[in-house]
Amino acid sequence: MTQSRLPASKRPTRRQVLKSAALGSAAAVAAPYVSGVYAAGSLSLGVWDHWVPGANNTLTKLCNEWGAKNNCEVKIDYITSQGEKDKLTAAAEAQAGTGHDIMSHRDWNIRIHQNVLEPLDDLIAKLIQQYGPISPVAEYLAKIKGTWRGVPTAVGSQVKPCCSRIDLYKQHAGIDVTEIFPADESKWDQAKVDTWNWDTYLTAAQKLHKAGYPVGLPMGQTSDAVDWVGALFNAFGVVMVDAKDNIKINSDETRTALEYLKKLMAVNPPEVYAWDDAGNNRWLISGKGSNIMNPPSAWAVAKRDNPQVAANCWTHPMPKGPKGRFVGQLPQFYGVWSFSKNKPAAKELLLYISQKESIAQLVQASYGYDLPSFKSMYDLDTWKTVEPPVGTVYGYPPRGDEQTSMLGFPARSDVGAQIYNQAINTVMVAKFTQGNEKLDDVIKWAEGELEGTLRA
Amino acid sequence: MADTVHTLSPPLQRNRLQGALAASSTVRGLHQVLRRRSTVAFLMCLPLILIIASLVVYPALYSIYLSMLNKAQTRFIGLGNFRFLLSRDVFWMVVQQSAIFALTAVFFKALIGLITAHLINNLPAKGQRKWRGMLLVPWVIPLALSSLSWWWLFDPTHSAFNYILASFGHDEIAWLSNPYWARFSVILVNVWYGAPFFLIMYLAALKSVPEQLYEAASIDGANAWQKFRHITLPMMRNIIAITVLFSLIVTFANFDIVQIMTAGGPRNMTHVFATYAFLLGIRSGDLPLGAATSLFMFPILAVAAIFILRGVRKRGREIG
Repeated sequence: MTQSRLPASKRPTRRQVLKSAALGSAAAVAAPYVSGVYAAGSLSLGVWDHWVPGANNTLTKLCNEWGAKNNCEVKIDYITSQGEKDKLTAAAEAQAGTGHDIMSHRDWNIRIHQNVLEPLDDLIAKLIQQYGPISPVAEYLAKIKGTWRGVPTAVGSQVKPCCSRIDLYKQHAGIDVTEIFPADESKWDQAKVDTWNWDTYLTAAQKLHKAGYPVGLPMGQTSDAVDWVGALFNAFGVVMVDAKDNIKINSDETRTALEYLKKLMAVNPPEVYAWDDAGNNRWLISGKGSNIMNPPSAWAVAKRDNPQVAANCWTHPMPKGPKGRFVGQLPQFYGVWSFSKNKPAAKELLLYISQKESIAQLVQASYGYDLPSFKSMYDLDTWKTVEPPVGTVYGYPPRGDEQTSMLGFPARSDVGAQIYNQAINTVMVAKFTQGNEKLDDVIKWAEGELEGTLRA
Repeated sequence: MADTVHTLSPPLQRNRLQGALAASSTVRGLHQVLRRRSTVAFLMCLPLILIIASLVVYPALYSIYLSMLNKAQTRFIGLGNFRFLLSRDVFWMVVQQSAIFALTAVFFKALIGLITAHLINNLPAKGQRKWRGMLLVPWVIPLALSSLSWWWLFDPTHSAFNYILASFGHDEIAWLSNPYWARFSVILVNVWYGAPFFLIMYLAALKSVPEQLYEAASIDGANAWQKFRHITLPMMRNIIAITVLFSLIVTFANFDIVQIMTAGGPRNMTHVFATYAFLLGIRSGDLPLGAATSLFMFPILAVAAIFILRGVRKRGREIG
């Protein structure tokens, strides 16, 4: 046992030691992020396998660049989200307490694994200092009990605005979406933008249905369906559970939204109740569909498989409702496991790939699909230049009065996760519109399900 | 060696001798142990026992432990998750659907297996092998792959079946978007996949029925139905019971078909235990509730297994 060499009078008391430790910890938390470029060693990443061919290469290139500069060997495993394999891998690593150093997490996974994720407050503080406010949806999903457990990444992050057929809307509904939302926000006329609301959308959908080109809005239990219905619910002011655990679904707003949806679903193809996340894409690409609510993936595939359709696609904001204009957002995050053996290096790498210069390369590689969580990055050239037609995805990042939304908010996030993943909103709509159940019965059913989500 | 012994002092010699005797008795004992067939059998099975213990027993016990924790896995709550599930409407719907799915599918698999086994058994020996091989194909293809093919056939928008129906002037069927047709579709795929297993088991059982019994029955004037009812069925009863039990377990635990074709929709009306457990445990991040859901299968199947195996033993004793 080592003896202290200090004389008894100079030895710190236990209280002094505790006080110093507390001050040290407080300083560590409050201090600005200081980069310590001492990342030597190795890092392993388990990240989402991008569906855009070649997009993974850009991330690999960025990581290797950083690795070469910092004398750190970086190994990346790309894990597909098909069959939720990425989520299964994360769950297995979290349970086993071993695995990659950095893991990508979709939607609610940061909350799910919060207890085994390293706090990243210092990193986020640095990014906010550099790029300004972060998306409220990202904050809702990754800032758990005041601590950031994940850093939002552009890779795979998306919103789901409207993607409309320019020609069909002009011909059958008398609406020119390129005129309302030209590829330059400074030219947007607020009076025209305001005309793009849910009433206009319904009228146009009825005309397009009559003309044989219905809109295609999924009503299954996957994220595309949950997100657009969540955005509509927000636009109508529907709250399922509030921040204080009060169930609020039994409201006039809910009734109004469901009655509206009854009319809207009547002019959708009947198979939308069985669509997965690719159903609406296929609908648009086939040339039968006039409008979907999706990231530009459908357009990108149409560009390859049906160029005539792609040349007539225009991505633009969602319709406005009585409570505002909302679009569903689904961000992805990188988290550092608490059992990682090289946490400082992991944070350094995450900071590097979160820089605007890196994000610009990632966005370019995905043809504008990847969406950063910082509004200050929405001025990247990719969204202005991608074609055909030029500017087709300019309206993809939320612009103007469009706000991002997440089904489940403002409930606490563990409740929100249940609401979202069990697709309580789309099941409600399906029960009312497809199952023809009474409105009161549907609301009563939802109340029961929401009560279940509050379980501790 | 002998010289060396002679040079040793008597006590040392005694010790050496005792050591040698002990060693030879140990070797003899080992030989005796190894000579016992049961010991050898156990040792040879040991790797398998260890694999099963680590890959089956441990996860099973761990899932029981998980099912008794709270949502955040920080507190032991006993049977709280089970009580919670029993109070949910959706869970009861899942119980009902799992029962409909498993019982209907197993019944049709057994029926189709029995009929096809008879048909093949009555074919000339030369043609039998060809038919046997062809009919086993569904069982050989990886289930995830064949489910995907079926999904394409039932595709909500571009169903190949609907294309055929439309070409004959029939209305299209909402295979996967109508909840009842969706139930029918997932059961159909399960039957398609599982019937060959019954076929091969029943065919093997049919081959083992002594031909003399049929000959004696023919002499007594029995018709085909009487032969089937009074000879074939009693002789096959054990194999039918065991295949039904095995299939019931596998069908109750089915995940791939429902997950790929409907993911439990529309309106949660095709969920079975496994897909609902996946939804709660992995997608919603409530592992304890997911574990509790999957464990609900256990008592149901255990009761079924007890009754079926008791019947098998009873008949075995009667025959013995």
